Amino acid sequence: MFDGYTSSELMSIFAMQGFAGLSLFSVFVLMALGLTIIFGQMGVINMAHGEFMILGAYTTYLTSGFFQSYLPGLFGGYFFVAMILAFFVCAALGALVEWLMIRHLYHRPLDTLLATWGLSLIMQQAYRSIFGAREVGVDLPEWMLGAFNVTDLVQLPINGLFVMIIALSIAVGLYLLMYRSGYGKKVRAVVQNRPMAEAVGINSAGIDRATFALGCGIAGVAGAAFTMIGSTGPSSGQAYIVDTFLVVVFGGAQSLIGTIVSAFGISQAQSTMEFFLSGSMAKVLTLLVVIGILMLRPEGLMALKVRR
Amino acid sequence: MKTSSPMKWFATREGLYYLGLAALLVIILPLILDPFRLNMVGKYLTYAFVAVGLVMCWGKAGILSLGQGVFFGLGGYCMAMFLKLEASTPEATAIQSTPGIPDFMDWNQLTALPWFWEPFHSFSFTLIAVIGVPVLLAFVIGLAMFTRRVGGVYFAIITQAIAAVLTILIIGQQGFTGGVNGITDLQTLKGWDIRTDEARTTLYFVCVGMLFLCLFVARFVQNRKLGRILVAMNAQETRVRFSGYDVAAFKIFVFCLAAAFAGVGGAMFTLIVGFMSPSFIGIVASIEMVIFCALGGRLSILGAVYGALLVNAAKSGFSESFPELWPFAMGALFIGVVLAFPNGMAGLYQSYVMPLEDRLFKRNKGQKLDTKPAEKAAEPKPTAEKTDDYDPMIDSYSPEKS
Repeated sequence: MFDGYTSSELMSIFAMQGFAGLSLFSVFVLMALGLTIIFGQMGVINMAHGEFMILGAYTTYLTSGFFQSYLPGLFGGYFFVAMILAFFVCAALGALVEWLMIRHLYHRPLDTLLATWGLSLIMQQAYRSIFGAREVGVDLPEWMLGAFNVTDLVQLPINGLFVMIIALSIAVGLYLLMYRSGYGKKVRAVVQNRPMAEAVGINSAGIDRATFALGCGIAGVAGAAFTMIGSTGPSSGQAYIVDTFLVVVFGGAQSLIGTIVSAFGISQAQSTMEFFLSGSMAKVLTLLVVIGILMLRPEGLMALKVRR
Repeated sequence: MKTSSPMKWFATREGLYYLGLAALLVIILPLILDPFRLNMVGKYLTYAFVAVGLVMCWGKAGILSLGQGVFFGLGGYCMAMFLKLEASTPEATAIQSTPGIPDFMDWNQLTALPWFWEPFHSFSFTLIAVIGVPVLLAFVIGLAMFTRRVGGVYFAIITQAIAAVLTILIIGQQGFTGGVNGITDLQTLKGWDIRTDEARTTLYFVCVGMLFLCLFVARFVQNRKLGRILVAMNAQETRVRFSGYDVAAFKIFVFCLAAAFAGVGGAMFTLIVGFMSPSFIGIVASIEMVIFCALGGRLSILGAVYGALLVNAAKSGFSESFPELWPFAMGALFIGVVLAFPNGMAGLYQSYVMPLEDRLFKRNKGQKLDTKPAEKAAEPKPTAEKTDDYDPMIDSYSPEKS
C-alpha cells in the first residue's frame, strides 16, 4: 500500500494524518476516561455512556441558544458555562441512575451491561422525541474559528486544538483526583477490599454513587466538547460506544495512562490507514489488530500485574 | 431421570411442555393465522434458534456473547449466496454487462465471480457451510479467547467488536456482499419458488422441525454430565479446573454449539424472509437477541423460544401502531428483566405457576423430583445468589470424576 510514494511524501502523509487523527483521539480520550473510572474502578459496564455524552452535548446546545437570545454580549464565553452545566446535569442523572438501577447489580457485571443498554435505548428515544431526529450543531464563538498553519500541508483548527486541551486537562485532573486526593484513596480502597474499607469507616455506597456520578459527569463534559468539533444527533453516542470500550479494555481497565495510550494508538492507526485504504477497511483492520492483541494480552496494555 | 421409552417421556411434565410447544407451533398457529402472519411467526422462530444457543452458552455456561448476530449472519449469508447464484443465471441477467454474476456485482463493476462465491453453486456445500462457517469462526474465536482465559465482560466486549467488524466489512465491500442493501431478490431454492404462499407455509413447518431438532440437541447436552459441567463451570470455574476438567474445551464446545444453532437460524431466516442484510446481524440486532433469551429465561431452553416469539411479536405490534414507543418498551424490557426477574418468564413460571399446577393435579413432591431433576437442579430461585445455590451441585459432582 505504500507503492508510489517517496519517503519524504510518506513522512508528510504520516504527519498530516497524525494531526488529523488527533481530534478522534480527543473524542476517544474524553469518552474513555469516564468509562475507565466506572468500569475499571467499579466493574460496571455502562453502555449508556454515549447517551450521557449526548446529554452533555444537548445541554451545551441549549446553553448556546440561551446565550444567543438573552446574553449575546457574553457569547464568547458561553462554552465554559455549558461545560460546567453539562457536568452537573449528567452527574445528577448518573447519581439517580446509580441509585435506581446500578447499585442492585454490582455483583453481576454482565447484567449491568444489559440494563444500561436498556437505559441507552430509552435515553436515545427520549432525545428523538424531545429534540427531533435531526442532528443539531452549535455556533462557535469567533475566537474558536480559524486554524494555525504549522506547515503548508498541516493545519490545526483551533476548535480541535481546544478540545484536545480539554481532554488532556481532564485526564490530568482525573489523575490528580484518583491518585493524589483523599477521595481517590477511598475509591481505590473500596475497589481493593470493600469489607475492609467499610470497616475503617469509608461509606462504600456513597463512594460508589460519587464515582458513577463523576464518570457520567465527565461524559457530559465530553459531550460539551464534542459539539465543538461535530454535530449531535440522538444516536451519535452509540456510534462510539464499541470503539470506546475497546479503547478502555485495550488500555487495561484500571489504568488511566493505559487508556490514553490506547486511545492514541487506535486513533492514529485508524487515521493513518484511512489515507491508504477506504475508511471502513481502516476501521476493520484497526479493530482486528486490537482484538488480536487483546487475545495475546487479555488484561490490556498496561494492566496491573495480578494473579489469575 | 432416564425414561425407558420416548412415549413414556411425553407423559412426564417436561415432555408435556414440549408437546404443548409443538401443538402451539404445528397446529394452533397455522390454523388461526393467515399465510402472511404465519410467515412472520416463522421469522420470529429463526431468532429462537439463536436464543436457544444463548441459553446453552450464556445461561448455562455463563459466556455472554454479544456477537451471536455474526453467526446468524454467516449462516444467513451462506444460504443467500446460494440462492443469489441460482437467481443469477446468464439468461436472467442477460441485460448486465457481465451476465451470470449477481446484479449488485455488476453494478459495482465486478466482471468475474469472486473466488469465495464459487463453491456456493453447490447446494450440499451450502448446507455444510451454513453450519460449518459459523462453527469454524466460533472455534477460532473460542480457541483464542478461552485458552487465554478471556471471559466475562472482556469476552462480551470483544464479541461485540467482532460484530462491528463484520457489519463494517459487509457494508464496505459492496461489490462482494451487496453492501448495506444485503443480498436481495432471491427467488428459488433448487428450482422451487420460495415466494409463494404454499412455499412459505412449507418453510414454516421446516423451520419448526429444525427448531425442535435443535431443542432436543440442547436438551440432550443439558441433561448429560456435559451440561452439568457447564453449569458448574459457570458457578465455580476454578474448582472445575482444579478437578481436572479442561474448562477451555468445554467453553469452546458450547460456544460452537450456540454458533451452529445461530447459523441454522440465519439460513432459515434467509429462506423465510427472502433476503439477508447487515441490519439483521449488527451490534444492535445481536444484543436484541440476548434479550429474547433473557426474557424467556436464560436457563430454560423452551423459555427462550417463547421469549423470541413474544419480543418479536410485541415489536411488530408496537412498531405498527406506535413506532415511537417501541424503543421505550424495549429499554424497559432490558431493565425490567435484569432487575426484577433475572430468570425471565421461565423463572416466574417456576416460582408461581408450577406450585399451582402441583396443587391442581395433586402431584406430590417426590413425583415432581422424579420427573424433572435436571431442570430443578439447574434453575436457582430467581433472586437467590448464584454461587450459593450452585455450590452443593459441584460437590455432588466431584465424586463422579475419577
